[in-house]
Amino acid sequence: MYKIEKLNELAKIVAEKREKNASLEPRRMTAEEKDSLLAEFHPDYKQNEFTVLSAGVNKGEKVPTQLAELLQGRSRISAADVDLSAPDYDTDVLIIGGGGAGASAAIEADQAGVKAMIVTKLRIGDANTMMAEGGIQAADKPNDSPAVHYLDAFGGGHFAAKPELVKTLVTKAPEAIKWLNELGVEFDKEADGTMITTHGGGTSRKRMHAAKDYTGAEIMRTLRDEVLNRGIPVVDFTAAVEIILDNKGNAAGAVLMNMETKELLVAKAKTVIIATGGAGRLHYQGFPTSNHYGATADGLILGYRVGAKLLYADTLQYHPTGTGYPEQIFGALVTEKVRSLGAKLVNIDGEVFMHPLETRDVTAASIIRECTARGKGVETNLGSAVWLDTPMIEYKNGEGTIEKRIPAMMRMFGKYGIDIRKEPILVYPTLHYQNGGLEIAPDCATGVENLYAAGEVAGGIHGRNRLMGNSLLDVIVFGRNAGIHAAAKAKETDAPQGLTLEHISRFNSELAASGLDSKVQSPMLLPKYARKK
Amino acid sequence: MENKINVFLFGKKYQVPAGLTIMTAMEYAGYELVRGCGCRNGFCGACATIYRIKDKQELHACLACQTEVQEGMYVATLPFFPLVKQVYNINEIKPTEQIMMQLYPEIYCCIGCNACTKACTQELSVMQYIAHAQRGEYDKCAELSFDCVMCGVCSSRCPAGISHPQVAMLARRLNGKYIAPDCDHLEERVKEISDGMYNDLIENLMQKPVEEIKELYNNREIEK
Ligand SMILES: Cc1cc2nc3c(=O)[nH]c(=O)nc-3n(C[C@H](O)[C@H](O)[C@H](O)COP(=O)(O)OP(=O)(O)OC[C@H]3O[C@@H](n4cnc5c(N)ncnc54)[C@H](O)[C@@H]3O)c2cc1C
Ligand code: FES
Repeated sequence: MYKIEKLNELAKIVAEKREKNASLEPRRMTAEEKDSLLAEFHPDYKQNEFTVLSAGVNKGEKVPTQLAELLQGRSRISAADVDLSAPDYDTDVLIIGGGGAGASAAIEADQAGVKAMIVTKLRIGDANTMMAEGGIQAADKPNDSPAVHYLDAFGGGHFAAKPELVKTLVTKAPEAIKWLNELGVEFDKEADGTMITTHGGGTSRKRMHAAKDYTGAEIMRTLRDEVLNRGIPVVDFTAAVEIILDNKGNAAGAVLMNMETKELLVAKAKTVIIATGGAGRLHYQGFPTSNHYGATADGLILGYRVGAKLLYADTLQYHPTGTGYPEQIFGALVTEKVRSLGAKLVNIDGEVFMHPLETRDVTAASIIRECTARGKGVETNLGSAVWLDTPMIEYKNGEGTIEKRIPAMMRMFGKYGIDIRKEPILVYPTLHYQNGGLEIAPDCATGVENLYAAGEVAGGIHGRNRLMGNSLLDVIVFGRNAGIHAAAKAKETDAPQGLTLEHISRFNSELAASGLDSKVQSPMLLPKYARKK
Repeated sequence: MENKINVFLFGKKYQVPAGLTIMTAMEYAGYELVRGCGCRNGFCGACATIYRIKDKQELHACLACQTEVQEGMYVATLPFFPLVKQVYNINEIKPTEQIMMQLYPEIYCCIGCNACTKACTQELSVMQYIAHAQRGEYDKCAELSFDCVMCGVCSSRCPAGISHPQVAMLARRLNGKYIAPDCDHLEERVKEISDGMYNDLIENLMQKPVEEIKELYNNREIEK
């Protein structure tokens, strides 16, 4: 039951129309309809929320204003603060970020026989990867093929992705699933071993593999366990705050900061992998976010300052179904799997206003239109939202489906007295994913020698919009790739000489020359949520 | 007027708006969290917390990011708990009863007090999954422990010193790798790809001009 009586009343309308709505197969939008919907309602198209960069390698391009402030912000340190000649850590491959991409990279680098280490801002696994619920794509069924997966991913990304990266993503996908399975990840399977797969928004085949609705958690905890089994050093509560270069201008380590004591440390390495994930905690355009506490775009700042290029940093994914109510879980993700399993989106009048499995950008824009221009949203103290008719899942698939397939969702709402088996839930878009990032080649190399990037921090794989299930996939495929290639490169690289942080003052001069005098320190490391009295 | 309630963070009294979670109440009180806060959404287990309501006997455990504050709540966070994790090579071990005996022999010292189950922040049948682990029933242990976020509260209450989350982690990996049925279509596809079966198809797509690929995409067949 909802604590606000009016919501219980409105939910009844949804219940009355459930039978009729369940049998409805809403029309998919035409390409033209989608284009005009996006242009009018998608947050990425709000020009006044973006700033054109006036310094750095992407000068002249626009990025979200909050990101621009950080990219053109001040370093947390100056070169004089640390002694680069006495490193605290010396390793072959330094991996920054203990999420899915970082852990996969570490395992592969270790497998290749080089010395790898992970530094991470919170604990290993306190990461967006841990939170992924819905699933991971791979074209491994007989009616599917990597080519069909290619078309879905490339089209879903509005034909903007780098073809070589999409090819790598889709052709290494089945192998990634096999690798995870052999590490012990428990995918949902039929008794004969057939993978249980569903659709996700924008997929043309049912290729979403899952481990209930804890897919990311199941993958992340297994990878973490493997990292620990291999004895790979993990330095937690330690953030990278600057990349260190050598006298050739190649990446050669990072300056680290102990998050608790603020002590600065130096890690020297032959190759460096940035795997710091996304940016949800920057709350672009004031949106709530589904992301973990440390998702503050640090990797983009680290890379940008030493000259790594950004690609599509102006495109964000607003997940159509963030929690719209109650307050305690506002913005938290309602997995797309809820729609994959058959729940439809319904407005205040109980009308199904769109096909529930359009791509995410289109669905988010459509919900925003319903709540704004059309005035058909449900108002609460937190703003406007639409219904997601969860009881429809059991109406269609039988009792018990929800508990079996989406237990995390049931628990999340159950804590606040809402039984999603019996009552529909309220949803509104939430800031979810960074589609772009540091531009990479298929071997994960950035433009800076010996600097690699993988996972959500990387750009180009998903073009301007990522499909559900392609990110967990990208984290595994490119995380492993980064580990393999950074290890190979480390083997042929001599110990770096002439470590320097000269790029900091160089970047500062560039800022000054462009008339920028920012007081903002970056990377941000953690959002400031403590109330200031 | 906002409805304020009294909570005691590490014994110190603060007034916070009702409806906050323990985590947001701490931030409201002015704490800048570093430890004890990860996903903020019930998945990572970073925010294990114990609390007792003023004048009540019972001790509760919860996830701070998932629990609403209550009047008279005495809160202590448990941002780290020393679990014991044994290392092993997943390719060399087998799902036999002996493996638990070797790696986590303390599970056989369980005295059946059920404190772990009572404390579980995810409402799992912890003692029961340990019983399955004792008997080498790793599939059952895996199933019952599946929603574990490894927050460690169970272990903090265990008189036998068992690291339940780590036992369950081992069981799940054994189950996923050795016990669950193998997937033939996956093996086949991996082989087809390594034989180069899809190279031409994909190269062909990669060469296509945008207009042509748009046409293909917009008219592609969608599985019902
Ligand atoms: C709620 C939610 C649900 C999702 N569901 C799905 C899904 O169903 N399917 C799918 O495919 N994708 C999903 N995604 C997306 C996907 O989970 C992420 O994009 C992906 O896991 C990112 O992995 P990563 O390793 O790149 O980053 P993360 O997993 O976020 O890891 C990055 C790590 O780097 C650390 N870090 C950050 N800055 C620094 C620094 N300066 N120094 C050191 N360490 C640092 C972070 O703390 C973190 O541990 C979901 C995402 C969220 C948030
Ligand atoms: S912060 Fe991750 S479970 Fe609470």
